[in-house]
Amino acid sequence: MNGRGQIILGIVIVAAALAAPLVFPAFRAQIAMLWIMVLFALTWDILGGQTGYNTFGNIIFFGTGMYAAAVFQRDGGFDYFPGLFIGMGLGAVISVVLAAVLGSMILRMRGHYFAIATLGLGIAAGEIASGWNFIGAGSGMSPPLFPGAPGVSYIFFGYLFFGLALITFLILAWVYRTRFGLALNAIRDNEDKAEAMGLKTDTYKIAAWMLAALFLGLCGGAAGNMLGFIDPRDTAFAGATFGVWMVLMAILGGKGTLWGPVLGAFVFHVTQEILWTHLLGWQRVALGLIIVGIVVFFPQGILGWARTRWPERFGHRVETP
Amino acid sequence: MTEQLVITGVSKRFGGIVANESISLSVPQGSITGMIGPNGSGKTTLFNSIVGHHPVDGGSITFEGREITRLRVPQIARLGMIRTFQQTRIFGKMTCMQNMAISDADHGYGLAALLKPISGETRDRSEALLDFCGLHSKRHLLAGDLSFGQQKLLEFAMALMIRPRMLLLDEPTAGINPTLINGLIERLIRVNQDLGITLFVIEHNMRVIMNLAENIHCLAYGKLLASGTPDDIRNDERVIDAYLGGH
Ligand SMILES: Nc1ncnc2c1ncn2[C@@H]1O[C@H](COP(=O)(O)OP(=O)(O)OP(=O)(O)O)[C@@H](O)[C@H]1O
Ligand SMILES: [Mg+2]
Repeated sequence: MNGRGQIILGIVIVAAALAAPLVFPAFRAQIAMLWIMVLFALTWDILGGQTGYNTFGNIIFFGTGMYAAAVFQRDGGFDYFPGLFIGMGLGAVISVVLAAVLGSMILRMRGHYFAIATLGLGIAAGEIASGWNFIGAGSGMSPPLFPGAPGVSYIFFGYLFFGLALITFLILAWVYRTRFGLALNAIRDNEDKAEAMGLKTDTYKIAAWMLAALFLGLCGGAAGNMLGFIDPRDTAFAGATFGVWMVLMAILGGKGTLWGPVLGAFVFHVTQEILWTHLLGWQRVALGLIIVGIVVFFPQGILGWARTRWPERFGHRVETP
Repeated sequence: MTEQLVITGVSKRFGGIVANESISLSVPQGSITGMIGPNGSGKTTLFNSIVGHHPVDGGSITFEGREITRLRVPQIARLGMIRTFQQTRIFGKMTCMQNMAISDADHGYGLAALLKPISGETRDRSEALLDFCGLHSKRHLLAGDLSFGQQKLLEFAMALMIRPRMLLLDEPTAGINPTLINGLIERLIRVNQDLGITLFVIEHNMRVIMNLAENIHCLAYGKLLASGTPDDIRNDERVIDAYLGGH
């Protein structure tokens, strides 16, 4: 897709996104959830796709943001909106610091070792949260009630998540055009070579993870408020659902591409919502089959498949005279 | 001539295998220095020790007077000593131009420097060096789609993009179409003379190394067997024996 095509597509999506909650009032909650999914996939892809470091632990930044905002709203003594926004900021800061600390410990591991370490971190985070009384332990936390009718809350959060997803997308679109983006791709393609060329690979990997943590922390803070209830294992550190979905959505759409995670989130979320209503009792089985289908038939994702099929449309030249 | 790289008594073992045994040699500033030896004689291992790929079991290495024995790979690379790989390493899913752009070290390696769009200057220099290596028409192709020989040339162009002070080249002509080898020798000499880059070259092809290097070190069974000018090496009994016996 050329630059102009992308801009036109972008404008269409933004217009549709702004109109959607008003045109389909019955689907406001699902629409808001869709933008959370887009955020999940986009942020996962920074390290998982662009850098080639599969992580199953990004959920910890989402959960951390969620709890941090809720605690600040509970103890900060602010009105709802200032409390929410400062809480989200606080959650983002803590998530970014956490990414820096954990990243400097485990991002030196390569390949599967890193993936397994992140899986462990995600599980540990859920266990810690469900044993910590300050944040409600196993019985979770309830963020303050949204001032206004329930329907309005979904409009507000729907636009908030859309705005957040849009900003994340634009920042990543810019980052991937810089030499930092190239450095991440270089690590993905051959980390030993990247080191032999003098690149500070550890620094870049940690920075990439911090970037993902920033947006996930903000997202988590707002998500807890929209959902109205924080459960340590089922909403905050939901590794088996959200944590796996972020990986799947990015792979489905095409990891390591800018639009792939967005596309993957759309396809996954819509499919999943349809399954949820029509396959009561069988959703998990259907979801499992989808996962197998994605990995077997679309290992490169939808965009990856399209790119091998029509390389010229993606700006890849096969041969130049 | 001053010695740019000095290796003193370097040893490296892998389990029971002694890959390098107390090797001492030096590479003069601005020279083209060669290293030959039969398969498995420890040439690549010595390169790996120099660039910090693995810790050595003994000895010391200095580069431009600085002790580098314990530094890690990226730190040594940032001092201006860049190696290429025998098995050729490039960034396969990136275009040749992107491979070149990420090799540009003019603004350093800090995050702030990297978080800038690729400059016109970087692009111009990339094109010029790809042209120098005969890859200009391939510049928008994915590096992984190039032939092995072309990847080897790309790796060389990437190394030049860094503006290194010394290049360690591990068999630069291996896998390159024989008709292109003379062109490559010419380029290596130009890089050395015009850009003043010291070259330390591992080479299997005797004709190539004899035409290229002003002094040559020969390894056998992990030990330094002989050092000298191409003529010395050509006529050295031990070298002749090692090659006839080793193959
Ligand atoms: N990482 C390693 N682990 C174990 N043994 C190794 C390792 N690297 C090299 N060796 C062994 O050390 C010896 C020297 O290998 P090296 O690759 O340095 O030889 P070389 O002179 O570069 O050979 P060639 O001309 O085939 O490239 C060989 O016996 C090799 O099997
Ligand atoms: Mg070798």
